[in-house]
Parts: sequence; C-alpha cells; structure tokens
Amino acid sequence: MSTLVALARAEAVAAGFAQRTTTVRHLHVAARPLVFVPLSMAGEANAPLAALVGTDPAAPRLLVVPQPRNRDQRFRFAAELAEVLLPYLDSFRGVAEAVPVNRGKEIRHRYVDAPQVLVPNPAGIQFTRLLGRSTRFRRTDGDYPVHPSVPLLGRWLTFLADRAEHPGSCLLLAMTEALTLHWATGQSPLEDNHLAALLAWIDPPDGLTGAEAAARAEDPLTWPPAGPLTDPTFDNEVLAPLIAAYAEAGDDPGRQARAREALAEALRGQLAPTWRLMWRGLALLRDLPPGARVAQRWAEDRDAFTGFASYLDEGGHPQPRRDGAVVAAQRLHRLERALQSYAVQRAYDDPLVMADYRLTGEAFVGEVTLADPNRIDDSGRRRVLRPRIMLRTTDPVQVTPGTAVYSPDRPQQKARVVLVTPRPDGTGTDVVLELTGGLGRALTPAPGSVPEVGERVCYTTLSDGFMPPGEFPAREETPWTHGGPPTADEEAVEPTAEDALEEWE
Amino acid sequence: MTTTPYRWVLPGTPSLGVVAPRAGAGAGPAGSAVPPDEAARRAVAGVLAELSSGDHRGVVVDSPPGAGKSTLVVRAAGELARAGEPLIVVAQTNEQVDDLIDRLAQAEPDLPIGRLSANDYTASERVRHYSTVRVAAKVADLGGSSVIIGTAAKWAMVPEGRWPWAIVDEAYQMRSDALLRVAGRFDRALFVGDPGQLDPFSTVETERWVGLTWDPMQSAVAALLRHNPELPVHRLPVSWRLPASAAPVVAEAFYPFTGFSAGTTEAQRSLSFTTAGLGGGPVDEALELAASTGWALYELPARHTLRTDAEAAAACARLALRLLERGAVAVSERDPAGRPVTADRIAIGAAHRDQVAAIRSQLGPAGAGITVDTANRLQGREYDVTIVLHPLSGRRDATAFHLEAGRLCVLTSRHRHACVVVARAGIAELLDAHPSTEPVHLNVPVKFPDGWEANQAMLARLAAHRTTAR
Repeated sequence: MSTLVALARAEAVAAGFAQRTTTVRHLHVAARPLVFVPLSMAGEANAPLAALVGTDPAAPRLLVVPQPRNRDQRFRFAAELAEVLLPYLDSFRGVAEAVPVNRGKEIRHRYVDAPQVLVPNPAGIQFTRLLGRSTRFRRTDGDYPVHPSVPLLGRWLTFLADRAEHPGSCLLLAMTEALTLHWATGQSPLEDNHLAALLAWIDPPDGLTGAEAAARAEDPLTWPPAGPLTDPTFDNEVLAPLIAAYAEAGDDPGRQARAREALAEALRGQLAPTWRLMWRGLALLRDLPPGARVAQRWAEDRDAFTGFASYLDEGGHPQPRRDGAVVAAQRLHRLERALQSYAVQRAYDDPLVMADYRLTGEAFVGEVTLADPNRIDDSGRRRVLRPRIMLRTTDPVQVTPGTAVYSPDRPQQKARVVLVTPRPDGTGTDVVLELTGGLGRALTPAPGSVPEVGERVCYTTLSDGFMPPGEFPAREETPWTHGGPPTADEEAVEPTAEDALEEWE
Repeated sequence: MTTTPYRWVLPGTPSLGVVAPRAGAGAGPAGSAVPPDEAARRAVAGVLAELSSGDHRGVVVDSPPGAGKSTLVVRAAGELARAGEPLIVVAQTNEQVDDLIDRLAQAEPDLPIGRLSANDYTASERVRHYSTVRVAAKVADLGGSSVIIGTAAKWAMVPEGRWPWAIVDEAYQMRSDALLRVAGRFDRALFVGDPGQLDPFSTVETERWVGLTWDPMQSAVAALLRHNPELPVHRLPVSWRLPASAAPVVAEAFYPFTGFSAGTTEAQRSLSFTTAGLGGGPVDEALELAASTGWALYELPARHTLRTDAEAAAACARLALRLLERGAVAVSERDPAGRPVTADRIAIGAAHRDQVAAIRSQLGPAGAGITVDTANRLQGREYDVTIVLHPLSGRRDATAFHLEAGRLCVLTSRHRHACVVVARAGIAELLDAHPSTEPVHLNVPVKFPDGWEANQAMLARLAAHRTTAR
C-alpha cells in the first residue's frame, strides 16, 4: 500500500466515506459488458451450483445445477453458459480495423471492439480459470461426450482468465478490484473483497455513512456473499433440503420440475443482490472520466481478442495443461513489461498517482523560473538545439545530475538533469534541465515544445518509452539446462481419448 | 528472552534441501585439520580438474561470502583460454563485468579480452587502460578475443553463435529464465555463486509456475540442478573476507549443512581507535565492543515505528560518523602495519530504499563517502566495518520479505573486521509471534536455511554483544 493510499484510508475512516485515490478511471468500461456471477458448491472443488449471466441488467439468465455432484449436469451447465457466452463473444467479430505494422510495410486487422466479462471478485476469476481447465480438454465423441460448445467454452474461459493476469487488461475484471483501484475505504483490504460492504463505503444509501452501511452489509440475509462460495447457513438450512428434495423426486417429471423450480428460486435469491451490486459498481465506474492511455491498453486487449479468435478459427487446440520452460519465461517477461508500463501510464494519466512518486523522490513538480529555448550546443561535430530550463520545486528531489527524466505533458521529449541546487533559504530546490527531442527539426524549437517561464511542469524518472521485447529460444530448442524440448503436457495438442477420462474436480 | 534457536532438521540430514551437500564433491568440512590456504587450494584444483576432464556439461561451485569466487573465475577463465577453448563469461551486472575484466586483464596480461556491452555503455576507467581489452556492442566486432565477457541481459540479446565453454558468475543471483535465454550460447559451463545470497524476485504474481522444474523464479543453479541432478557441486571451504569472529556465526546461521571457516586467525585482524572515546556513551561502547569482539548489537528501546524509523536511522549514522571521528585503524594480513578505516571502507546496510534515503539524510556531508545501500545492492561487496539496520527493527509483523535468510546473510557478511547491528528491542518476541507461515507447495524443494531459524540463530549470537542505547 502506498503512502497516499494509506492516507486515503485514514481519511475514509475519519470521514465515514470511501475516498477517491485517482482523478481518472484507469480501466476501460465496455459499452456492452457481460456480467457473470457464479456460485459453486461448498466442499466440492469448483463444482458449479448456479450463475446469473447476461448483458441486460433487467434480464439475467439463471443457470442452475440441481445436483452439483453429477458430472453430466455440470457439463450441461457449461453448455448452457456457452449458449450465453459464445454468442456474446462472437458479436464482437463483426467490424475490424486495419493497423499498420512493421513501420507501415504490412497491415494487420483487429476488431474495433472486444468483449468484457465482469465477475464480482478475484475468486470469480479463479472460478472462471478452473471451469476453463475442466472443460477445454473434453471430447465430443467416445466416452463421456459433451456438447461441442463445451470445449470451445473452455478455451475461451482459459483465454480470459490468462488475460486477467496481464496488468492493465480489461477483458475479464473482478468488480472489487476495479473499485478498489479507484477508491480507498475505511476497512481492511480483506473486507474490501466483500462487494456489498465495499459498495456501501463508496455509495451508501441516503442517511447512512459508509461505515454504517458497510456494517449492515455484513448481514448475509440481505447481502448474501458475492460467491463463488455460498453462505454456510444457507447451505445447511435451504440448499441441502432442496437438493435432497430434487434427489427424492427421482424420475417423476412433475415432482422433479417443482423441486428444480424451488431450488432455482432459492438460488436466484442468493444471486440477485450481487447482480444488482455489479451493475451499480459498473455505473460508478462509468461516471469516472477515463485516463488518456486507457484506450491504448484497450487496443492491446482487442489485439489479444482478435489473435485468439483467429487461432480458434484455424482449429487451435486447447491451451496446454502447464507452461513449458520457454513459454513460462516468455510469459513472465511479458507480464513484467506490462506491469511496468501500466504503472508508468497510470502515473502519466493521473496527478494523484504521480503524487506517490513525488513523495518517493522519483518525480517532482515545479514552476519554470528560467528558460533558454534557443540554446545551441556546438561542442560536438554538429550544432544541435539543446534548450535548457530551470524550475523551482518544493518536492524532495532525489535525482542526481546526468539522470534522464521525462514529462507526462511532453512524453516525446527527454530531459537530462544538469544541476540540482537546494535554495539557501530552504524554500525548495532549483533544478536545471537540458531538453532533447520533440522540438521539431529546425534549430529553433517548435512552438509549445519548450516549457515557458511560469509554467508548472512535472518531471519523472519513469519512462513510457518503447521497451524492446526479449529474445527467447524456440520451444523445440529448450536448452539442456531446462530439461530440453517440452512434452505433450506443455504443448497445445489435440486432446486424446484419455483426456475424457480425466477426473475434472 | 527466548532466543535459543532449535532445528527442525538435524545438520547433515541429506537430500531434503536442494542446497544440501552432495557426495563426492567439495573439500572437507569446516574446521578440519587442513590449513585454510591448503584447503582452498585443493578445492580450486578440484574444480579445475573437473573442468578439464570434460566428464560433465556443467560444474557448480558454491562459494560462501568472500571465499575467493572471483579468483576462481579468473583462474578458470585463464586456464580454459590457454587451453585454446574459446570462452564466454556471463555476469549479472555491469559493475561485476568491469570487476572481472580488471582482474582477468591483470592476471593474464597477454589474453585478448572482449567486453560485450550496450550501445550506450561508456567504458569505465579500469577497463579502458588495458590495451588487451576491446569493447563492442556486437560479438562480430570482438573477433580476436579469447574471452568475451558481458552481462546476462546483454548475452540474451545475442541471437547466434555457440562457444564450447561459459563461466556463469553470481549464478545464484541469476533467474532461471535469464539462464534459459543464454544457455543456447554454450556447450558446457561453470556456474559460480553464493547460495546464501538473496533469491531472485519478480514484481508479478508467479504462483502459476510454482512446482515446475523450470519455474522461472528459481535461481539459475536451482533450475540447472533440478534438470541435471548428476552434475558435480563443489564448495569453496574458506572465507578470506570474514574474520575469525564472524565466519563461524555466519556459517552456522546461513550455511548450516556445508559450513566454512575463516582464512585468517584472530591474531591477524584487529580494529583499534587512535582517539579515546570521551562522552560518546553507548555509541562508543558499541563501537569498542565491535572492535574487540567483531560484533555489536546497538539496541534501541522497544517501539513500533514507521519503516523509516528516524531514531534508528540517526543511530546508524551516528555510529558510522563516530567511527570516522575516532580514527579507527584496521590491522589485517593485507596491512600488517594497519590502515585507517576511511569512509569508503564503511557501509551501512538496510532492507528498504526509503530507509537508505533516511540514513543518507542523517549522515550529512561529513559522511558523504560512506556507502549506504540495500541488501540487494550490497551483494558481492566488501568493507572493513558494516553497520546494519536490522530488517525486523520496529516492525509489528515479520513478513517473508523481512525474514528472508539471504537478506540478513548479505547484511551480516560484508565486513572484514566488525559488524554493528542496530535494532529496536523485541525482535525475539516478534519472531516468536510470527513463525514461518509460508505455504508449502508440492514438488518444490525445501530451501535451507529457513529464514525464521536463521534470524533466531543470528539474534542469539548477537545477544551476547548487546549495548543498550540510553
């Protein structure tokens, strides 16, 4: 937790209401997201029990598994989920745009929009991942055949869950994480995982403080857990008798239908409050203005979606059970790069996020007190334009002469720290910077490219510049130090007949 | 105080730990009758013989702090190059590359050496003044070099070429994925490193790969040995850096299975002051205790504090400055006549960067030459006297980060003469309240020593050298 978030939490306690920790929204919120609220059965690893799913707040589809221990019913749940999810995903595969690559020499296409799936909390993402793991290797023939949509659903769910690990990605989001990225509450991060309590702090009902509303949200009768795990009292007193009644109904169609209906109603009661909270959370997020670099990251998401859709079109096999040595290293490399650039982009988009870096001395804001925009450096072979500016700041400046710094206002420009002089009267620090790049082509700077006297500017050591991707050996050339080429479990291959026999709990 | 550490596993219990001893390799255990220089000579000869025999694709050498790792790398590089085997050396930082080049060029004045570096690298003074050293950004421009040295990050950018031999330096600091990227460049390799240093880390969640033998978060050596368990592991048995007062303490706490001994005797090293301590109070007491016994625990009153505990930071700074004021003189086998302990021979170590900044600001201009840094950056460096802000000082909890054995090991094994630990009272109670709770994963080798236990062991030893601040 950063210093400013800690401060915001303390302020939230004092005020009784959640405090904003950002000035803008750092997530993309889709125009037509799909909300997915899953429930699983206690005591069974990731056994789906029920779900509310859909894109229309007024008309969610309820999926129910009357006997969660029954394999066939579980796969029927998966097939029903696929009936909702696959058409939703397909609906984004209409219009594509051309993107120049390789400095305009080639063109590739990406869809102009992409799906966005929202689950209540990180456990919901985990549920999605495991449901994908259990369905993507199923076969549609041989022993235990499943509906053809089931393995396809498994591939998509795995893709979404994998993508959710990617910092800054918005294809699959947990609502509690999306909200805590923008608000700090007066409760612990653990308690923030309870969607009802979190929203109570952020947007309490009239006449209540956030703290009071959050205390009321602890009652599981009004605000059942947001899943996937259910409330134990509900399990014992409501769910168990209803599942038993369904089992006792046997083959009698009338009794079975009534038992199923009663079960569905009880589960709807558990899911509906969370469903409403999801849309309230979504509305709160929509109200925030998006950050400048959100669209850029969403474009990467659209790229990933386009890439995976065409992989499946070409008959792509299910994702392997585990990452091989090269794939793991490449993935870690990609995630680390994404995390770094996500952190920098948020700071560039948002002065409140940048403030944290100002506290640690990695950024400073000051007023320009001197500017020499036409300064020419002729010490080298060629005369070059090297404007200098001096700014006065009261931030703690930790940079040393020679350090390269950048300004979020002029990301194309690089500045080199020339001098750092604390003012003798203790009123701050004078920093002299030499600017290169982003000045135009002439020996006089383009208008607006050099900060003017009186302008307040921010400089930071964080760079949003291009980071070249790392080079890795080909998978089949995995070196002897790492066990040689990967085995079938680490390669995307056609599932075998044995895969159908695999226990999937 | 409950500071008696206990062991879950008896010393010598084999095979539970990935770094547990292996049969048939290494010199005799610490404290054997062989004199230290003879033991070290035999160990190095064993490694070189194994290299030239060519029986294995890889040879691993574990080196405790200051055990002559660089000397071994330089000798091995020299011997391989003289045998006509083209060779690459993979180090982890530019600093380490420059150090190695400096030492190798001095030891082998006729050997053409290439330094592979980034485009924006400007050769440091100690690299530039050798006529045998060439610097280039591409392997093709280093044609005539017998040895090419570069960082792992730079070697990872070299797309082709294959050399019969590589020496991987500081291999325990290197992440498994970094080795994966460079392993295609060599047939055989010597891996040298200190298993007691900090484990590699990542900023992202890496649970996905836990338990896989190629988990990219392991050290390069861990991945190598899990895939090639038959490779020989040698050990350097003697620390030339740590004094006789420190070697057994560090060995027991952080190298419980392998151990090592000090290369020097108590009589060879001493620390004294040219001025008497007048009015210094507990600060002088702590310094004198450290000078006479090699260790001191400067204990501040128990209190929960912010990470940047101002009192503790001030205490660290005061101890360092007082050491300068008192004109400490260090006598060692290198300087039998004594050498003043100047600012560049003193380091202050802490766990976090903000603590480093806090201490630095307390030092002021008088202490400008003193090194203040985090454990990560102090790895591989050596000083006469170190002052350590204990990672658990003033904390309410003991997280895995603060308990990591490697962190405390790095901080307490940088000194040639004395180490002063600054801490709030109550760490023993904190440890007792926070036993290790890290989850145990399937198929992950148990790592020794356990950080909690190492912390207890270290604290138990320091308790005998306590000075209470008033």
